[in-house]
Amino acid sequence: MSAPLLSVTGLTMRFGGLVAVDGVNLTAETNKITALIGPNGAGKTTIFNCLTGFYKPTSGELTLNRPGQAPVSLQTLAGYQVSRHGVVRTFQNIRLFPRMTVLENLLVAQHVGLMKKAAFGVAGLIGLKGWRTAEKEAIDRARFWIERLDLTAVADEEAGNLSYGVQRRVEIARAMNTNPLLLCLDEPAAGLNPKETGALGDLLRGIREQFGIGILLIEHDMGLVMGISDRIHVVEYGRKIAEGTPEEIRSDERVIKAYLGEPDEEELPAIVAEDVAGQEGGRA
Amino acid sequence: MANSIQHHLKGSIIAGLVAMVLAVPFIGLYTVSTDQGLVVQQRWPWVFWSGLIVLVGSFLMGMARDALAARRAAKPKLAAGTKPKRDDALTAKLTKGFAIGITLFAVTLPFMPFSDRYIMDVGTTVLIYVLLGMGLNVTVGLAGLLDLGFVAFYAIGAYSFAILSTTLGWGFWVCLPLSGLIAALFGALLSMPILRLRGDYLAIVTLGFGEITRIVILNWQSFTGGPAGISGVPRPSLFGLSFDRRPPEGLTSFHEVTGITFATEHRLMFLYLIALTLVLGAAWVIKRLRALPIGRAWEALREDEIACRSLGINPTASKVSAYAVGGMLGGFAGCFFAARQGFVSPESFGFIESALILAIVVLGGMGSQIGVVIAALFIVLLPEVGREFADFRMIVFGIAMIAIMVWRPGGLLSQRVPTIRLSSQKGEAA
Repeated sequence: MSAPLLSVTGLTMRFGGLVAVDGVNLTAETNKITALIGPNGAGKTTIFNCLTGFYKPTSGELTLNRPGQAPVSLQTLAGYQVSRHGVVRTFQNIRLFPRMTVLENLLVAQHVGLMKKAAFGVAGLIGLKGWRTAEKEAIDRARFWIERLDLTAVADEEAGNLSYGVQRRVEIARAMNTNPLLLCLDEPAAGLNPKETGALGDLLRGIREQFGIGILLIEHDMGLVMGISDRIHVVEYGRKIAEGTPEEIRSDERVIKAYLGEPDEEELPAIVAEDVAGQEGGRA
Repeated sequence: MANSIQHHLKGSIIAGLVAMVLAVPFIGLYTVSTDQGLVVQQRWPWVFWSGLIVLVGSFLMGMARDALAARRAAKPKLAAGTKPKRDDALTAKLTKGFAIGITLFAVTLPFMPFSDRYIMDVGTTVLIYVLLGMGLNVTVGLAGLLDLGFVAFYAIGAYSFAILSTTLGWGFWVCLPLSGLIAALFGALLSMPILRLRGDYLAIVTLGFGEITRIVILNWQSFTGGPAGISGVPRPSLFGLSFDRRPPEGLTSFHEVTGITFATEHRLMFLYLIALTLVLGAAWVIKRLRALPIGRAWEALREDEIACRSLGINPTASKVSAYAVGGMLGGFAGCFFAARQGFVSPESFGFIESALILAIVVLGGMGSQIGVVIAALFIVLLPEVGREFADFRMIVFGIAMIAIMVWRPGGLLSQRVPTIRLSSQKGEAA
């Protein structure tokens, strides 16, 4: 078995005296959906921020093993370079470019490649053929994602004018336009209704199958997490408390305790299971 | 109804009293120059009348606003949450039509029978401000980086040409790109210390940069001539042809070669046409840049810097390039300004110039090029037209500015035109 796409070992992040993340190990693999769950304030988003270059971790090793290339230590990269190596993220509070159209948002995501093709503007300014071909390819790629995520009708709308659920899809489309190896989604289902959440689950599974990329997911919607994840990591107070398949996590006592406090009744796992069933029902 | 009248009356009385207090120094006292020198005289009735005018005006405005609101409320409302759909395509078409119209007008203006020295001169001034506005529009309108010291690039461009031409004897056409490059270099240098700044802090630092530039020019006597400035800056030539009656050594003059009778108007026309070429060139370049990755990155940076970083855009590079390109256009404008005046001095590059250029960008609607043109026309022409109002022209100017901000708070052309539309792109099969 080859090294996993992403392996995080001993990740620690301190803010002054506060230890937000404490020695977390986790892996994410190609062609797998890995979920990161935990109660609010557990440090999930901090892990994401370390991973995607927004924070410099206090200590720990974040290694990205790209197929056929030398491994990269993500923590040594400047923030904007992380996505150039294939790790791209979305945000808990959607961060689109609100006054630009959906298509423009997707083209901005292809900035790095296009910038080279435009020779930093020179070739583009005089409209050389190489640039025009590259631009056309970029538009075609954007169009592919626009159609894939059912955004054709709003492609020329300003992103800020779209409804919340549609903005979420645009953000995923934009992330995919960077051609990532690992797609990190920070609470993609937040603010979505059950129907939209169901569609999101199908979409993520579809992306994984069609493109074979790794997906790392922070999510509170247990129905979604249990339904689509191949592997789940649970963090609480900055520490990882469990790891396993959805079935293992569902029956893990520490996880149930973390989410629901000390169980004084036996039905609690059943409540979680019911919730899951309810979510799946909503999707169907 | 009676209640609202009472409410408005109360507000209006307060406004009238405030106006009277303010009018005491502004209107109540005035200076008259007599044999004994300047004498302060009083005119208290004016104070009373100005207070009364404000009172009545404020009351009428309040009532009118109520009436309008009542009429608006009577109209059928749109369902909650739905915005009235703006006709994007129509606006875009109108803007484009206007752009073509104004370009044609600007190109043909010098050859019109009614155009005279005055029109050419004012036209050239408008074009300088359009060029400056376009430069600042890159930094402020597209990249969203506030710059209160834009005049520094204008000054650097002007002094680059003045110094290069008087010490090395280089002509306008050699110095024009050099001035642009030097200003761009300063733009890049300025952007370095302010990469992390935002909002108020950015405003203060750029303001400081503008002032530092002016003060350095003012005090570096041996290099810049200090407050006396630099005179004898050569005029631009047309392929070596001078527009002077007696051309400088080594140059032949335009009227000798072409056989057209000498007229100073020709030189003004020529300057106007150079300025127009610069503006059209700048407009074309910016229009292209907006649809290139570098321009999209500027706009993305304005919208959300964090999202930019997450997509692999280097914010540093984007900011540096925005300041450099903006500064370069400012440098071109400065170089042209020096060539037109034949003289540069620090007085031309005060903070008020920065403010005026920023006003052009803001009034025009951030990021809109046609907006910049309209706003520059407005800002330069209104005080000219207002000359008839003599002392009151700045008041007219101020009222017009307030009116724009009330009716079009986002600027004259606040609607952003997308750089690309999916609907107008050919499919994959093509």
